[in-house]
Amino acid sequence: MFVINCPYCGERDQQEFKAGGEAHIERPKQPTELSDDEWAEYLFMRKNIKGVQYERWNHAHGCRKWFNMVRDTSNDEIKAIYKMGEKPPSI
Amino acid sequence: MGNKYSVFSLIKNALSYHENWQRAWKDPTPKKEYDAVIVGGGGHGLATAYYLAKKHNMKNIAVVEKGWIGGGNTGRNTTIIRSNYLWDASAGLYDHALKIWEGLSQELNYNVMFSQRGVMNLAHNLQDVRDLKRRTHANRLNGIDAVYLSTEEVKKFCPIINTSQDIRYPVLGGTLQRRAGTARHDAVAWGYARGADEMGVDIIQNCEVKGIKRIGDTVEGLETTKGFIKTKKIGVVAAGHSSVIANMAGIRLPLESKPLQALVSEPVKPIIDTVVMSNAVHAYVSQSDKGELVIGAGTDDYVSYTQKGSHQIVEGTLNAILELYPIFSRMRMLRQWGGIVDICPDASPILSKTSINGLYFNCGWGTGGFKATPGSGDLFAHTIANDEPHKLNAAFNLNRFVSGDLVDEHGAAAVAH
Repeated sequence: MFVINCPYCGERDQQEFKAGGEAHIERPKQPTELSDDEWAEYLFMRKNIKGVQYERWNHAHGCRKWFNMVRDTSNDEIKAIYKMGEKPPSI
Repeated sequence: MGNKYSVFSLIKNALSYHENWQRAWKDPTPKKEYDAVIVGGGGHGLATAYYLAKKHNMKNIAVVEKGWIGGGNTGRNTTIIRSNYLWDASAGLYDHALKIWEGLSQELNYNVMFSQRGVMNLAHNLQDVRDLKRRTHANRLNGIDAVYLSTEEVKKFCPIINTSQDIRYPVLGGTLQRRAGTARHDAVAWGYARGADEMGVDIIQNCEVKGIKRIGDTVEGLETTKGFIKTKKIGVVAAGHSSVIANMAGIRLPLESKPLQALVSEPVKPIIDTVVMSNAVHAYVSQSDKGELVIGAGTDDYVSYTQKGSHQIVEGTLNAILELYPIFSRMRMLRQWGGIVDICPDASPILSKTSINGLYFNCGWGTGGFKATPGSGDLFAHTIANDEPHKLNAAFNLNRFVSGDLVDEHGAAAVAH
């Protein structure tokens, strides 16, 4: 449980937010060209990092906007928050 | 058995004030090389080592554990055992485990306190009723005991449940598996450790894996905090940390590790003599032999390795518990904790070979791995020893995420995903 600084609303309790999983997984540009292995990679395989991870969050009980977060999953410390489409900071 | 537990050994040791009991397992330093190394000394890992030694005659093997045995999810779960899964593959897997549970204390000469007190799953809406009836039929076709209960029969089986039709999610019925129940989680790890140790397995605690060495596509050994260990076969049974180990070997897994919480109340006199689970409102409760209510909450939706979890998850579970059991309204909770569970997209486990020769993974048990401990160990040992899966775990291969042949138990796994 932690406090998240929504880029649109400011600091709110984590229970207002919905986690959206790993960030920057690019949607296939040519889905019809994908092999089964590539589909498995896109749909199912995840980094699941213990440490600094880039992920998506949604302020589900607030502004309902999506944004990105860099968080250390070993201690839940939030390193950075940035809007969708912005360049991910290097941590 | 050098150190057989019986009424006679109890009397004999009583005469020496219980000061001369032998250690249940040794504390060896790692050898330079083993025929196989199991990574992770929880119930599943220790059971794997036990069956490798017992059924496949692989005695030159080791279990490496970064903490102490049974200190991870084995010691953190709510000890529920059942096999009433919907799909044939799951039914085969979990009922295989349940059958081993039934004779496990005798086999290990160690009381795992397996108690077939029954597990009841409640239905709270029309879709629940249909799903549970369908599952009951599927279970019976697979030879698994299951009955569907009306609201009155639920009340009769567990009188403290509030079956009033005026509550927000009224009880419309339920299923009962009488062969299901609970066991003592620590004893399972200790019993398997003692049994494996006796057959010559080295159980190496405080030994963290730091790297997996491979030559081409074949494993060569493990870098650990206690030095390099050479081996041709590595069985990884690392639960929430599976992805961390997979990363060392350079393979990808479809897992996400999330905190799952549980809590126990202060101990009270016997009040609930079965296990009751409710999927729709997410509440499940049983009572330990010490008298504590053992309550399982849900997972958080974000990846975390912190073994904590969020407060509102516990609050949600307790709200549901109080509506179903108003009698618990003044109970005080004693302890709360979290474990890190590795969840697969289809909520079914992976017991599988990998693209690397000699590297095997047993993971993805998610929120419900304890019940499968003996069966998981048995089938994983078979997979490692023969380099081929047993027919009961063939469906739980890693390639199913490529082929699309998933074992989708999300809807049928009762609670908590």
